[in-house]
Amino acid sequence: MTGPLGKDLLALEPLTAEQINLVLDTAEPFKEISERAIKKVPTLRGATIVNLFFEASTRTRISFEFAEKRLSADTVNVAASGSSVQKGETLVDTARNLEAMRIDMVVIRHGASGAAQFLADRIESNVINAGDGTHEHPTQGLLDLLTLRDHFGNLAGVKVCICGDVLHSRVARSNIWGLKKLGAEVAVCGPRSLMPNAIDELGVTVLHRIEDAIQWADALNILRLQLERMTAGYIPSLREYNRVFGVTRERLDRAPKDVLILHPGPMNRGVEIDSDVADGPHSVILDQVTNGVAIRMAVLYLLAGGNPKLAEAAKGALA
Amino acid sequence: MTKPLVLRGGRVVDPSQGRDEIADLIVENGAITGSGRNQGAPDGAEIVDCAGLVVAPGFIDVHCHLREPGREDVETIASGARAAAAGGFTAVCAMPNTDPVTDNQAAVGFIVRQAQRARAARVYPIGAISIGQKGETLAEFGEMVGAGAVAVSDDGKPVASAQLMRSALEYARTFGIPVADHCEEPTLAKGGAMNEGLVSARLGLKGIPSEAEEIMAIRDILLARRTGGHVHLCHMSTRGSVELIRWGKERGIGVTAEVCPHHLSLTESEVEGYDTNAKMNPPLRTADDVAALQEAVKDGTIDVIATDHAPHHYDEKEREFADAPNGIVGLETALAVNVHWLVASGIIDLATLIERMSCAPARIFRLPGGTLRTGSPADVTVFDPTETWNVDPAQFRSKGRNTPYAGRTLTGRVHATIVGGEIIHRLAR
Amino acid sequence: MPPKDPTPVLDARAVERTLQRMADEIVELNDGTEKLVIVGIQRRGVQLARRIVSLIAEREGVEVPSGALDITLYRDDLQTVGPRPVVGPTDLTADINGRRVVIVDDVLYTGRTVRAALDELADFGRPARIALAVLIDRGGRELPIHADVVGKKVDVAPGERIDVLVKELDGRDAVVLARREEPA
Repeated sequence: MTGPLGKDLLALEPLTAEQINLVLDTAEPFKEISERAIKKVPTLRGATIVNLFFEASTRTRISFEFAEKRLSADTVNVAASGSSVQKGETLVDTARNLEAMRIDMVVIRHGASGAAQFLADRIESNVINAGDGTHEHPTQGLLDLLTLRDHFGNLAGVKVCICGDVLHSRVARSNIWGLKKLGAEVAVCGPRSLMPNAIDELGVTVLHRIEDAIQWADALNILRLQLERMTAGYIPSLREYNRVFGVTRERLDRAPKDVLILHPGPMNRGVEIDSDVADGPHSVILDQVTNGVAIRMAVLYLLAGGNPKLAEAAKGALA
Repeated sequence: MTKPLVLRGGRVVDPSQGRDEIADLIVENGAITGSGRNQGAPDGAEIVDCAGLVVAPGFIDVHCHLREPGREDVETIASGARAAAAGGFTAVCAMPNTDPVTDNQAAVGFIVRQAQRARAARVYPIGAISIGQKGETLAEFGEMVGAGAVAVSDDGKPVASAQLMRSALEYARTFGIPVADHCEEPTLAKGGAMNEGLVSARLGLKGIPSEAEEIMAIRDILLARRTGGHVHLCHMSTRGSVELIRWGKERGIGVTAEVCPHHLSLTESEVEGYDTNAKMNPPLRTADDVAALQEAVKDGTIDVIATDHAPHHYDEKEREFADAPNGIVGLETALAVNVHWLVASGIIDLATLIERMSCAPARIFRLPGGTLRTGSPADVTVFDPTETWNVDPAQFRSKGRNTPYAGRTLTGRVHATIVGGEIIHRLAR
Repeated sequence: MPPKDPTPVLDARAVERTLQRMADEIVELNDGTEKLVIVGIQRRGVQLARRIVSLIAEREGVEVPSGALDITLYRDDLQTVGPRPVVGPTDLTADINGRRVVIVDDVLYTGRTVRAALDELADFGRPARIALAVLIDRGGRELPIHADVVGKKVDVAPGERIDVLVKELDGRDAVVLARREEPA
């Protein structure tokens, strides 16, 4: 039996609009659970989930962990440091070990594009991609979509501009696919040296100036600028980046309408986004964080029903 | 002394003589001694029925990696030479990026001796351009040629210094050997895992732009013009490179070029799903590049088809795409890939294919073979250009199994490979 | 085989009468409306609960607090039947601590839904008492659960199923016996 999303959630690119809407719709009731005094339902009782983080990430890991715990799953966190991963164990060995321990689900964050798929191809457990290299970060894309939908009701025709380092951003890729599938108009804005060469072929509008992006957009999703891009020669300096591409109060004040502000975090205040924008009235950055837990609960819930091993176990228990 | 052979009734295709006819081929004492219709058999000769098969001058691969010395777990000169024979190659040229690097006459001599012991395809060493392939000091070309080297190359480690490449082209003129270059501008290609384009943008893999190859291709062509030397451009992969080579040849510059079967058949879309067997350097490019390369093979802009056979241990490829090593094995699939994508599809005829796989490599690298003229060494390949077969890497003679063609049905199968009058490979039935 | 026309069990007027009686019994059972909270189970239990609340209001002049429970996440069969595509909202704004909670559902069958509802209610607080009111009790219990207030008991033969229709969702009020579709 395969659930409505299939065995794994690896990327938004292969999903249909129906599948994406199903996750967003399923996330709605999960929002309410986090508002309860007892923030826990027994849905995934007995399921074991490993959070396998080969890259440091506080917020995504915590968000997944809350989602898992609020669904009553048993979770284990494996961080790259202090584990056998640092001793040179290969990903394929890690996969085999997880399989041998009869894990039901694996949440993986890895620095190499394709690592989540690599794992998914080799183990029976459900695999959720929590960010692979510069490929995709599907749950971040989904929580951004949910946050936009909360605000605009329907994403068809909504103009969203993704600002910053699209070249190295898995968040950007997941957003582009998700937004396009739900009918939004998508633009990207940033220095051309931080855009994939083939960006136009992805079906997005390329805006070269942040002023144009602010004029055009209903919402800006402002990406984090990795500080190491400077030393790698992509941009001259953070100061100049803020001067040319920074989203500032002053620039937003000249917009013809209120522009919703999203940021996947963590923010570099004063670089890609100014503090009074991040903390301003049109910022939904903290709503994104709240929605993140609901989205991850929804994904875990929808994948769990499709796990053949869990299904067998449950049948046995009922008989 | 080996038994005489009569290759009976095959279609003899030998572009070196402009021949394409049904004929017998007589082999005695390691050489071709006669050819024509209804030839009698010498005393004690083995008769090989070649009806329905093509009899061609033996294929020569000017670009392969046999990993010995250093990585004998991955390939040895013997296993590589047997894989070559199974693929219809009667001779191969071994690239010097071994461990230690083949950068001196002793190292060259080692390869020659190992090859003689293998008694399979002939193996000609290629010496390094620079000591340790470090791109600094020229290796001793003269001594290496004396020990048996047929060319020099820093393949795998592109020659970054234009001055060193210039010196190599000039110095190599004394010995009449080509300087084979792996064209890759290192700063543009750094960290790249596949072709730069839409697929790399989608998969989030760092791309290698065509220009990384083309910048070095035109540099080398211009240096060949300046020096009067002979530059051989390895594994060309882009339309731009083809245009640059054409430009150089039109001006009479000493440039020759090779292309690999995979660049003539597959595109970057093979990387979808992060298949590390589709990872090689230069990377698989676009359909437009493939079309340009096929056209260049047809019109002779590209002289040679070479395999860039690069075996790896299976678990080295079983990992994250960006961290997986480059390269695929190619010796045992080259003929079938070429027949399947070039001949069966009508792009080139059999004579052109044999020219690119046998005659041209012999001519450009000044090697024996590449012809069925009477008196030539009896290096012969017998193959069926219409037989289809399924690629099963488990059946390879190579120790390497890394191929994107696994499970595919291809057209064109080697039936026998003859080196120096001895049948070193026969298709098992 | 063409599907047999559903057999009517209750028509609209009978549903109305039955709900009125159930509303009276609920008030009686709880000695009035003080501390009473009516909670419907998604989906049709919610509509029936709302009707009962307004029927109580008509007769007693008191608007009893009410809520809705979606027990999907408390089911014990996620792994066997797969996820329900859409999880409905749980809306329990009323404080249930120390209150007398009446769970309302359309049909009582195996008891598993009620078991899940009891689990879910426990996560919201500790009521003084929990009672169960159902429009139809069709028998076939798999758990030791019984209803305190029953609209009508119906014997359902194998191969039949009982459908409760409410006008808010189905356009009319009725209870019918229908032939169960053969599993594909």
